[in-house]
Amino acid sequence: MPECVKTMSQAEREIHLMTAQQQTTQTQVVNRAKELLADGTVARVLGWKAGELPYAPQPAYFEKEEDLEEFVYNGFCGANLSKYMIEASKLDGKTLVCLKPCDTYSFRQLMKEHRVDREKAYIIGVGCKGKLDIEKIKAQGIKGIQSIQGAERTDDADTLTIQTLYGERTCAYADVMLERCHVCKGKEHMIFDELIGESRDTKDRDRFAQVKEIEAMTPGERFAFFQKELSRCIRCNACRNVCPACSCRKCVFDSSQFDSAQKANADPFEEKMFHIIRAFHVAGRCTDCGECSRVCPQGIPLHLFNRKFIKDINEFYGEYQAGADLEPRGPLTSYVFEDVEPGIVAERG
Amino acid sequence: MQRVGVFVCHCGSNIAATVDVKKVAEMALMEPGVVHAEDYQYMCSEAGQARIQEAIREKQLTGIVVCSCSPRMHETTFRTAAQRAGLNPYMVEIANIREHCSWIHKDMEEATKKAVLLMRAAVAKVNLNTPLRPGESRVTKRALVIGGGIAGIQTALDIADAGYEVDIVEKTPSIGGRMSQLDKTFPTLDCSACILTPKMVEANAHERITIYTYSEVEKVTGFVGDFTVDIRKKARSVDMNKCTGCGVCQEKCPSKKTPSEFNRGLSTRSAIYTPFAQAIPNVPVIDREHCIKFQTGKCGVCAKVCQAGAIDYEQKDEIITQKYGAIVVATGFDMIRLDDYDEYAYSQSKDVVTSLELERIMNAAGPTKGHLERLSDGKAPKEIVFIQCVGSRCADNRGKSYCSKICCMYTAKHAMLIRDKYPDVNVTVFYIDVRTPGKNFDEFYRRAVEEYGVNYIKGQVGKVIPQPDGRLLVQGVDLIDNRQILKEADMVVLAAAIEPDPDVRKIATMLTASIDTNNFLTEAHAKLRPVESPTAGIFLSGVCQGPKDIPETVSQAGAAAVKAIGLLAKDKLLTNPCTAHSDELLCNGCSQCANVCPYGAISYEDRQVNDHGIREVRRIAVVNDALCQGCGACTVTCPSGAMDLQGFSNRQILAEVDALCR
Repeated sequence: MPECVKTMSQAEREIHLMTAQQQTTQTQVVNRAKELLADGTVARVLGWKAGELPYAPQPAYFEKEEDLEEFVYNGFCGANLSKYMIEASKLDGKTLVCLKPCDTYSFRQLMKEHRVDREKAYIIGVGCKGKLDIEKIKAQGIKGIQSIQGAERTDDADTLTIQTLYGERTCAYADVMLERCHVCKGKEHMIFDELIGESRDTKDRDRFAQVKEIEAMTPGERFAFFQKELSRCIRCNACRNVCPACSCRKCVFDSSQFDSAQKANADPFEEKMFHIIRAFHVAGRCTDCGECSRVCPQGIPLHLFNRKFIKDINEFYGEYQAGADLEPRGPLTSYVFEDVEPGIVAERG
Repeated sequence: MQRVGVFVCHCGSNIAATVDVKKVAEMALMEPGVVHAEDYQYMCSEAGQARIQEAIREKQLTGIVVCSCSPRMHETTFRTAAQRAGLNPYMVEIANIREHCSWIHKDMEEATKKAVLLMRAAVAKVNLNTPLRPGESRVTKRALVIGGGIAGIQTALDIADAGYEVDIVEKTPSIGGRMSQLDKTFPTLDCSACILTPKMVEANAHERITIYTYSEVEKVTGFVGDFTVDIRKKARSVDMNKCTGCGVCQEKCPSKKTPSEFNRGLSTRSAIYTPFAQAIPNVPVIDREHCIKFQTGKCGVCAKVCQAGAIDYEQKDEIITQKYGAIVVATGFDMIRLDDYDEYAYSQSKDVVTSLELERIMNAAGPTKGHLERLSDGKAPKEIVFIQCVGSRCADNRGKSYCSKICCMYTAKHAMLIRDKYPDVNVTVFYIDVRTPGKNFDEFYRRAVEEYGVNYIKGQVGKVIPQPDGRLLVQGVDLIDNRQILKEADMVVLAAAIEPDPDVRKIATMLTASIDTNNFLTEAHAKLRPVESPTAGIFLSGVCQGPKDIPETVSQAGAAAVKAIGLLAKDKLLTNPCTAHSDELLCNGCSQCANVCPYGAISYEDRQVNDHGIREVRRIAVVNDALCQGCGACTVTCPSGAMDLQGFSNRQILAEVDALCR
C-alpha cells in the first residue's frame, strides 16, 4: 500500500504548483490547517488520511504541520466526523474539524444535546459534490482496483478512471454515488467558521420513495422484507458506533443483563430488535446522515428505519430536519396544543 | 428476597362472580417470594384489613399484593393498613382484578387466567420494591379562580370568607359571565341582574379578593400547594386608578360600529367600552382593533374628553406572577356555532335567533330595549316557534351527544314570559323530551302549558324556510299525532347546545388537568369527587365540568370552595416519594428530559464523576424532588436509560412485562 500513498503525495506536490484558484479543496484545507496549527488557533486537525485501500480513507487526527502531508480529501471521504468531536471536545485546545454540508446537521444536533462543545471546535466547512460508494463501483464488475483517478469531482470531470489488475475502467461519477447523496440535503453548511471548496446539491431522487413502497406492502410482505434484510446482520455494531445520534455513555446493548448481548440468538426475532430499538432510540434526533448504511459491512439499508420515522414526524408535526436549527425541543420532545391526537397516529398505522 | 403476601378480594360478587378467587390465591403461592396467600370477601373492610395486618406481623411479610379494585379506589386504604402493621406503605402493590378484569369479562376461565397474570405482574413488581418515604412541601395560602362568572364569583366569595386570599382572573373586561346576559332566571323568574349584581359588588369590595379582568392565565408551573402562575393583564389603555367610570368617552367615541359581544352581536358598541351598565370594574377598555387612534393614529377623542386624564394609549400588557396553593377552574360555557345547522336558516334570516339572543332581546338593556320584535323589520311577532335540542343529544357528529340540561327550563321560561307580556302571541315548542328534574321545575313547566297555553309539540323540526314575505315556514313533525306540520312563524328561537368555553383546552393543558372528548374537565371521581380534577390542587366549578343551571352551579361553586379551603387550611403536604432520579454514570446531559418535564423539575450541573476509574466533569441532570410529580415523561424520553422513577423503576416495569409474557 505505501505505493498508493506515494502516488497521492506525488499528485499533491504537483497541485502545490498550481494557483490558488486551481487548487483542490484538499490542498486548500491543508494549507489553511497548517496556518491555524502554526498560529496556535487549533491544537489538532481532524480530517482523513489514506487508508490501506485507495478507496478507503480513514478519519485521522493531525497534530503537527508535517503530518498534514498525509491529509486526504476526496470523494471517498464519506465519514461524518461530527461524532469524533464528542471526545475531541474533552481535549485541551481547539480541534479543527472538516465537515461536509450534511455532517454539519449532525454537529448541530450534538450541540443541542450538549454532547459537543462549540468553543472547542474550529469548523472548516469543506465542499462536497457527492460521495462515492465503492460497493456500487464493484457492482459494475470492476475488480482488482489499484488506483482511482477523478475521485474529486470537478465541474469538467464527471468520470472516474480506475486502474485495475485487468486494465483501465471508467464509470460515471453520478452512477456510483452513495444512496444518501441522491437525496442530498443541500449544499449549505449549517455551521462553520470558514468554508473551503465548492459544494453541489446532488439530489435527484425522492427521499421517501422507498419508504412509501414499504408502507404500501402488506404487514406480511413488510415483515418478510425486513426479515430478509436484517437476517444478514452480524451484530458488528458498526452502525451504532458510527451513528452520531448514538452517543449514550453506556449502550443498553453492551449490558451483560440484556439478552441480546449473547452471541447465540434466543429467538429469530432478536437481530431485528437491535435495529428496531436503535431506530426508536434515535427517532427525532437522526439527521439522516446515512452513516449507518454506509458502514454496514452487510449492505443492510438501515437508513430506511430512520427515514420512516422522519417521514412520520414530517407528516404528524410538520417538516422537521434534525440539526437544521438550534431549537432545543424537537417534535418528539415538545408537547404543543396542535399535536396530533394519539388516535390519529393509531389509525394511520 | 422479599416475603410477599397476596390478598385476593371477592368484592362481594363483583370479582368473585367472574374470577375464581381461590384459584388466584392458590396460584399466588407458586410465585417467587410469595409466602402467604388468602382470599376474603371484602379486603377493604375492617376485618379484611385486620387479616392483612395479622399476616404482615405473623409471617414477617416485607411486601404485599392486594388483588382488588382500582388503586384509585383503595390503594390509600391498604397502604395505611400496611403502615399500621409496621410495613412501609410503598411496599404495597395493587393488582386491579376488578375494573381491569372481572367487570369487563364474562368467561370465568378466561377472567381467572387474566387475574392470575395481573397478580403475577404485581408480585414481580413488589419483589423489586424498596421502602420510600414522602417529603413535605408547603402550602401557599392563596387561591386562584379562573373565570369570573357566577361560578367563579361564588367560589371566590366562599374561599375569601373563610379567610384566604383569592384572585379572580377573567378574560373579558368585566366579571359577571353568562348570567349577566340573562334576563330572568327560572324557576322563580327573578331578574338575573338583580341577584347577580350584589354578588359582583360583594366580590369587588371584598378585602381578600383581587379581580383581574381583561386578563388571562398565561403560564402555570409548580404543583399542589405551590403553583406559580403568570397572569397576562392585557393593556386596557385606561388607567384603572384614575377612571371615574363617567362614561363620557364611550358617548363621544366616533367608532361605534363594533358588534357588541355582550348583546351577542345584535347591537353595536364603541371602540372604548364597558360591556354593560353594571360592569365590574366600571372602567372601560379600548378595543385596539377597532379604535381609530390605534388603527390610523388620528383621533384621540376619548383622551380629550376624559376629565380624569385616565386614557393611556401607551399602556402595555403586564405580566403578574403570583403563587397559589389551589386553583379553581370556572371557565364556563358558550353556545355552539350553528354553521352546521343551516336547515334552521339561522344564517339566512335575522328572525331566527338563539335562546341567548332572545334573552338579550327580552332584556330592557338589550338591543330592542326589551321590546319583543323581529330583528329584520322591527315588527311585533304574532307566531313564535321554539326548537329544542339544536345540537344537543345529537346522534351524528354535527352536534353534541350530551343533553345541555338547561334548555327545557329556559324555553319554558321564555314561552311563559312571552305569553304573559304579549298574550296575543302564539308560542309553539318543538321538543324531543321535556326534562324537568329539579325543585319546582316540573311545576314551572306545567304552568307554561296549563296556565299560559304554550303549545308543546313532541317532534323535531326538519326545516325552516324563509318566505318572500319575510315570514318563516317551519316544517316539523308531530310524533304523537303522527302527522307532518307546516307552520308559518314570525320568529324562530333555537335552543342551541352549550359547550365548554373553547379556551378551556388551553387552560387544561397548562394545568395538566384532564378533559373529556367534549372538552369538559373531568372530575377525580364522577360520584365521589365531583369537584376535584384528578390533578391535585385543581378544583372544578360550574359548567366547565358539565352542563348545569344556576342553582347547581352555585352549589358546585361552594363545594369547590370547600375543597380548596380544605387544602389551604393545611400547613404542609406530604409529597409523593415516587420521583425521578438520574444515574450520573449513565446520564450524558443531553437535556431531552428537561425538554419534556412538564413541571420544570430538571436542571443540570457540572459534576465530577468517577466512572470506573475515569474521573471527569460531566453535565448531569438533577431532579428537584419538590417539583417532580413522578409522571415518568423523563424516564421514557431519556435515550440513555439514566432516568429512573422511584416506585416505578425501569426494572420493576420490565419485571411486570416479563411476568405477563412468561
